[in-house]
Amino acid sequence: MRDRLAALGAFGLFLLRILGAIRMTRPQLRDTVRQIHVIGARSVPIIAVGGAFVGLVMTLQGYRTLVTFGAGNALGTMLSLTVFRELGPVLTAILFCGRAGSAMAAELGLMRATDQITSLSMMAIDPVAKVVVPRFLAAVISVPLLTAVFICFSIVAGWIQAEFLLGVDPGYFWASLQSSVDLRQDYGQAFVKASVFGVFCALIATHVGYHARPTPEGTSIATTQSVVYGSLMVLFLDFLLSATLY
Amino acid sequence: MAGSKTEWSVGAFILMGFACALVLAFASTNSGERLGGDSYRVTARFTNAGDLKARAPVKIAGVKVGEIESITLDPNFDALVTLRLSQAAGELPADTGAAIFTSGLLGERYIGLSPGGDPEPLKDGDEILLTQPAVVLEQLIGKFLFNADSARAGDASEAAPAR
Repeated sequence: MRDRLAALGAFGLFLLRILGAIRMTRPQLRDTVRQIHVIGARSVPIIAVGGAFVGLVMTLQGYRTLVTFGAGNALGTMLSLTVFRELGPVLTAILFCGRAGSAMAAELGLMRATDQITSLSMMAIDPVAKVVVPRFLAAVISVPLLTAVFICFSIVAGWIQAEFLLGVDPGYFWASLQSSVDLRQDYGQAFVKASVFGVFCALIATHVGYHARPTPEGTSIATTQSVVYGSLMVLFLDFLLSATLY
Repeated sequence: MAGSKTEWSVGAFILMGFACALVLAFASTNSGERLGGDSYRVTARFTNAGDLKARAPVKIAGVKVGEIESITLDPNFDALVTLRLSQAAGELPADTGAAIFTSGLLGERYIGLSPGGDPEPLKDGDEILLTQPAVVLEQLIGKFLFNADSARAGDASEAAPAR
C-alpha cells in the first residue's frame, strides 16, 4: 500500500519536474517539432484507418439495431454521439498509447539502459528538459489533433456506408447528426477529454520509460507498462470525466 | 535542409488536425443553428411544460423562428418559459398563441406558435397569454379510461330506471 502511494507520489513529482523543465528555448522547440513528426504525424495513418473502421462498424451495427425499431433515420445521432462522447477520444488515446507511448517508453528505457541519461546529467544537461519535455509536449499537442482526425474519418466513413451501402437518406443522416451534437456539450468535451488523455498518456509513457531499470528486461517491462497503464488510465479517466462532465 | 521534411510533415499534420476540428465544428454540430441576428425575448406560462428543454426550438408553421432560453417555476407553480425569437421572422401579433408539441410520437418537445390577428405586435418582454400545456400521455390515458368507465356507468344508470 505504501509502495503504491509512493509510486503515485513519484508520478506527481515527475509531472511537476516536466512542467518545471519546460524552457521554450529554440533547441527544445526544435526537438518538440521533431517529436511531433515522430509520434503525431506518423500516427495519422493508423488513427485515420482506425477511425474509418470504427465509423463503418458503428453505422452497420447501429443501423441493424435502429431499423428494428423503425428508427433508421436516427443513425446520424447515434454515430455522432458515440464517436464524439466516447469512442473518438478514448480509442484515439488507446491507439496513441500503443503506437507512440510504447515507442516513447522503449526509447527512454533504452537511453536509461545505455547510460545516455546518466551521461546527460554528467554533462550538466538536465535530461528531463532534453529528452522528456519534447516528447511530453509533442504528445500533449498531438492527441487532441489526432482525436479530431479520428472523429472526422469515422463520421465520413459512417456517412459513406449509410448513404451508399445501407440506403439511408443523407438529409436525415446529416440533419439528425447536426441537431444532436452540441458544440459545447459534445464537441467541446471531446477535446477536453482528448487533452486530459494526452497529458496522462504522455506522462505515463515518459515516466515508466525514464524510470525503467537499466537492463534490457527493464526496457521491455517499461514498454509493456506504458501500454497497459496508459490504456487503463485512459479508460478510468474516461469514466471519471463522463460521470462529471455530462 | 535536413529538417525541412520533418517540418513539412509536422506542418501538414497540425494543419490537418485543425482542419478536421474546424470541419467537425461546422459540419457536424449545431453551431450553425444558433440564432443569428437580432432577437427579442417573450415569456409564456404553461400549466405543464412536459419535458421541454432549454434550447429546444420554437416554430411557426414548422419553421424555426427561435429557441427556448430558460424554463423556471413561477410563484403560482406554473412553468415560466422564456422564448428568444429572431427579429428576422417579422412582427408577431400580440395575441399569438403558444403550444407545446412533440415532433413525432416520441420525439423532441418544441413550442409551436400560432399567430393571431391583433394589429399590435408582440414586443420584447411581453407575455404570450394564450398557451396550451404539454400533453402528458399518462394523463391522456387516465382521462380516456375514466371517460370509458363513466360512460359505462352512465349506460348502467340510464338502463336502470328503464327496468
